[in-house]
Amino acid sequence: MDKKVRVLVAKPGLDGHDRGAKVVARALRDAGFEVVYTGLRQTPEQIAEAALQEDVNVVAMSILSGAHPHLFPKVVNLVREKGMKDVLIIGGGVIPEGDIPALKEAGVAEVFTPGTPTSDVVEFIKANVKA
Amino acid sequence: MSNEKIQAELAKYEANVEKAVAKFPERKYLPEKRIYTPLDVKGDEAYAEEIGFPGQYPFTRGVQPTMYRGRFWTMRMYAGFSTAKASNERYRYLIANGGTGLSCAFDLPTQIGYDSDDPISEGEVGKVGVAIDSLADMEVLFDQIDLGKVSTSMTINAPASVLLAMYIAVAEEQGVPADQLRGTIQNDILKEYAARGTYIFPPKPSMRIITNIFEYCSKNVPKWNTISISGYHIREAGSTAAQEIAFTIADGIAYVDAAIKAGMNVDDFAGRLSFFWNAHNNVLEEVAKFRASRRLWANIMKNRFHAQKPKSMMLRVHTQTAGSMLTAQQPNNNIVRVALQTAAAVMGGTQSLHTNSRDEALALPTQESVTIALRTQQIVANESGLADVIDPLAGSYYVEAMTDRIYNEAAEYIKKIDEMGGAVEAIEKGYIQKEIQDSAYKWQMDVENKRRIIVGVNEYIDENEEPPKGLLKIDASVGVEQCKKLADLKAGKPINKMTKGRDNDAVKAALAELKDACKKDESENLMPHILKAVKTYATLGEICGVMREVFGEYEAHVSL
Amino acid sequence: MDIVEELLKGNRLALSKAITAIENEYDEATEIMTKLYPHTGNAYVLGITGPPGAGKSTLTDKIAKEYRSQGKTVGIIAVDPTSPFTGGAILGDRIRMNSLTMDEGVFIRSMGTRGSLGGLSHKTADAVKAMDAFGKDVIIVETVGVGQSEVDIVKAADTTMVVLIPGMGDDIQAIKAGILEIGDLFTINKSDLPGADKLVREINMMLDLDSFMTDWRPPIQKVVANQGEGISELVGSVQTHRDYITEKGILDQRRTKRAKDEMLDILNSNLSRYIKSRIVDTGRLDSYVEQFQQHRADPYTVVGDIMSEMLR
Repeated sequence: MDKKVRVLVAKPGLDGHDRGAKVVARALRDAGFEVVYTGLRQTPEQIAEAALQEDVNVVAMSILSGAHPHLFPKVVNLVREKGMKDVLIIGGGVIPEGDIPALKEAGVAEVFTPGTPTSDVVEFIKANVKA
Repeated sequence: MSNEKIQAELAKYEANVEKAVAKFPERKYLPEKRIYTPLDVKGDEAYAEEIGFPGQYPFTRGVQPTMYRGRFWTMRMYAGFSTAKASNERYRYLIANGGTGLSCAFDLPTQIGYDSDDPISEGEVGKVGVAIDSLADMEVLFDQIDLGKVSTSMTINAPASVLLAMYIAVAEEQGVPADQLRGTIQNDILKEYAARGTYIFPPKPSMRIITNIFEYCSKNVPKWNTISISGYHIREAGSTAAQEIAFTIADGIAYVDAAIKAGMNVDDFAGRLSFFWNAHNNVLEEVAKFRASRRLWANIMKNRFHAQKPKSMMLRVHTQTAGSMLTAQQPNNNIVRVALQTAAAVMGGTQSLHTNSRDEALALPTQESVTIALRTQQIVANESGLADVIDPLAGSYYVEAMTDRIYNEAAEYIKKIDEMGGAVEAIEKGYIQKEIQDSAYKWQMDVENKRRIIVGVNEYIDENEEPPKGLLKIDASVGVEQCKKLADLKAGKPINKMTKGRDNDAVKAALAELKDACKKDESENLMPHILKAVKTYATLGEICGVMREVFGEYEAHVSL
Repeated sequence: MDIVEELLKGNRLALSKAITAIENEYDEATEIMTKLYPHTGNAYVLGITGPPGAGKSTLTDKIAKEYRSQGKTVGIIAVDPTSPFTGGAILGDRIRMNSLTMDEGVFIRSMGTRGSLGGLSHKTADAVKAMDAFGKDVIIVETVGVGQSEVDIVKAADTTMVVLIPGMGDDIQAIKAGILEIGDLFTINKSDLPGADKLVREINMMLDLDSFMTDWRPPIQKVVANQGEGISELVGSVQTHRDYITEKGILDQRRTKRAKDEMLDILNSNLSRYIKSRIVDTGRLDSYVEQFQQHRADPYTVVGDIMSEMLR
C-alpha cells in the first residue's frame, strides 16, 4: 500500500489574499501530504467538484474577507451532497471567535485563526483525517 | 579620526567583545553585524549625489524642502463598509475629528467589477468595503462632502476607470469642475496579478486602460494622482523590505514604459505617479527603505527615462501600517505596534498615512478603534518631536548603510527583472510571486521556530485570554438591501434622490458605444465613453461586463 | 458503493475512488481492474511532456477545450513530482485548468510520482484504463519530461507530444536529447517569445540526424497556449498522426507492445509483492542469510527451492 493524505487547499469567494493559503499549502507538503492548490476565486461548486475528482481526504479553505459564514457551510453541504462523507473540512482566516460555533455546527471540523502555527494544522489533520 | 584609526579601534573593540561574549553570550538570531561606524558609510563626496537635501535630487531626504515643518502628512484613514450611507457617515465622522483626506475601501464585488446581485458576489457584499453598483451609490457615498475641498483616495484597480468616472460625475453634480479634483486611484494592476488578486482583464488591455487614464487625466483632471504604485500588498503577501520596493519600482517602470509607448511625454504624466508603501515592524529598516526607494526612483526617472522636471523624479508616497503584523491575540498590543510603525513612516518621510486599528486581525474596525488609530498619528505628529526636523535619521551609520544595502538589493532585482523582459513578463513567469512566497514561508517558519518572537503569539502568551467583544459585524441584510436597490435601478425606478428612473435605452446605447471603443486600438481613449455610460446610471457590472466581453479575463496560472 | 458498477454507470465519485485504489495499491484494485478491463480500449490517449515551465498544463487546458468543442469527453491525468525528502507534493497543474472543473465532460486527476520508479507508469496506465472504461473519448496524460519514469508514463500514450519553449539555453540540449525519439509531435509553446524560429531550426536539424526516423516526420508547430493561438491546428495534427498510425498498423503494434510490457510489469510487481510478503516480511530471508553465513546453506539452492515452491 502506498497511501498518502491528500488535501485540497482552496480560496472560496473573491478574496485575493492568499499568503496564508500558500504558506499552509507548503507546510502541508513538507509534512508529507499531497496538496492540490486551486488558486483564487473558486466557487463552492468548483471546490466540491475538485475535491471529488481528486478524491481528497481534507478540504482546507481560507477566507479573509468576512464571507466565511456564507461560503464555508456551502462548501460543506456540497461536498457531503456529492457523497464524500468522510472528508475532513477545515477553515482559516480572519474569523472572529464568535462566528466559530456556527461554523462548527455547519460541519467545519476546525477553524484556525490568525497566529496559528502551521504545525497545529498538520497535527489536527493527522489526528482527525480518515484515510 | 582617520579610517585607519577607526579600523584599529574597531578591531580592538571587537576583540574585547568576543571575550565578553564568550562569558555572556549574545541573544540568538541577531543581525550579523554588531555596530556600525563611519567605515560603513560612504564619504562626504557621495553626499550630494546620493543623499542631498530635502526637495532636491535624488530626494533621499524627502520630496519637499520643508517636509512636516510646513504641514503634517495627510492623515488619511482607509474606510468603507456595508452601504454607501454607512460609509458616508464614517467619512464625515473622520473629517470632523481631524482626518484630512478620505480613503475609500470598496467591497470585493466592486473591486472585481461585479454587481451586488451577481451570484459570485454572494456573501461578499459590503464586507471588506462599501458596495458601489452605480452612480446612485456614489452620490450617497459623498453626500454632504465637498469634493472641491477634500482629497480622496480610492483603493480600486481593475475597474479604476469606472470609479474615477463616477467620482467626476458626482463632482459635476456638486458643481465642482474636474480640474479642481484632488485624489488618487490605486489603478495598479500589476501588483494585483502578483500579490493582491483583484484583477479582471489580461495584462495587455489592462495596461491600455491605465495609459488611457494617464492621458485623460493629464488633460482633464490634472491634480489627480492617476496611479498609486503599490508595494503595500507585496509586503503584506510576505516580501522583504527590499523586495517590496524592488518589485514595485519594477512595476512603475512598466507603467512608464507603456505610457511612453502610447506616445506620451514622460514629464506630462510622471509627476502624477504616486507610490504606496507598507510601514512594517522593524523601524530603522523601514526608514532606510523609504529613503532608498526615493533615491532609486529618482535615479531611474532621470537616467533611464530622461525626465526633465524634478517633479517627475519624486517618489511621493502614501503609507499604511502593516496589517499582517497585527495579532489576533491580545489585540490592544496592536496599538503599540501601530505607533512604532507610524514613527517609521514619519521618519521615512511619507506624504500621507493610514494607521490600522487594533482589531483588524479579527474584523473590520469599530469606530472607537479607528479613533485610537487616528489619535496615534496625531500624537506622533504633535507630541513626539519626530516631525520637527527633516529626515532625522540621516547620518546614522546604521541607517545610511542600510539605505545603501536596500538600494543595492532592489537595484539588483530590477536588473534581473529587466533581463526577463520587464515586470509583466516576470509576473507571467511567476518569478515575482515565487520570490514573495519564499519570503513569506521563511517568515512563518522563523516565527514557528521562535527565531522571531511575536509578542502574544509565540511568546508572552496569555492562556486565559478572553475573546474580544464588540467587534464590528456586517449584517447579511446589507447584501439583500443593496440587491433590492439595484433591482429597482435596473427596472427603471427612481432610487435615492433620483427624480426619475434610469433610461434603459440610453444605458444600452452607452454600453454599445463603449464596446465599440474597446474594440478599437489604444489610441481610442476609453474614459469619455465610460464617463458617458456611468452618467446613464449603467452599473459597474454592466460596464465591466462589456469590457470583459471584448478583453477577456485574466486567468492566474501561477502555482506554488 | 460498488465502485465498478457505479463507475460504469457514470458515477464520477466511483471513478475517483477507483483511481485512488489504483494509486494506493489497495487490495481491491486488482479486482476493479479485472472487471474494468473488458470495457477499455475505446479512448485515444495523448501524452504531453516537456521541461518544467514549458506551459504543459495551460496547453492541456486548451487542448481539452478544443476536444470539448468537438463534442468529445476528456480525461486528464496530471503528474507532478513528489518531494524525495518529505514525500509530500504540491499538485499544481489543476490551477491552470480551473475553468474545466465545472464541465461534466471533463475529469481531471492530479497524481504525485510518490518516488515509485517502476510502479508509476503502471499506475498511470491503470488510471487511464479507469477513465477509458468510464467512457472518456480522449485521455490526456501530462507529465514533466525529465527522467526515465516520466518518459515511461508517456510511452503509454498513442500519440506523444513534446512541448518546448524558446530561450531555455543549454538545458534544452540534454532535454531534447532525452525526449527527441519519443515525440510524435513537437510543439513550440510561447512562440511569441524571441528565439522560436531558432528552436524550430534546431529541432529540425536533430530530426534530420535521427536514424530511427520512419516515414512519419514529426511536425513542429508553434503555439501561444495562454492566448489559445494554434490550438485547433495542433489538435488537427494529433488527428493526422492518429490516422497515420491507425492506417499503417502502428497503433496496433504500439498497443500490442504496451500489452506485453504491461503484462510483464504486472507479473514483476506481483512477484515482488509475493517475495516481500512470503520471504522478507516473514523473517525467512534473515534466517536464510544466517544459514549462508554459517555455510549451512547457499543462496542458489534456496532460491531453487523457493521457485519450485512458488510454481507448485
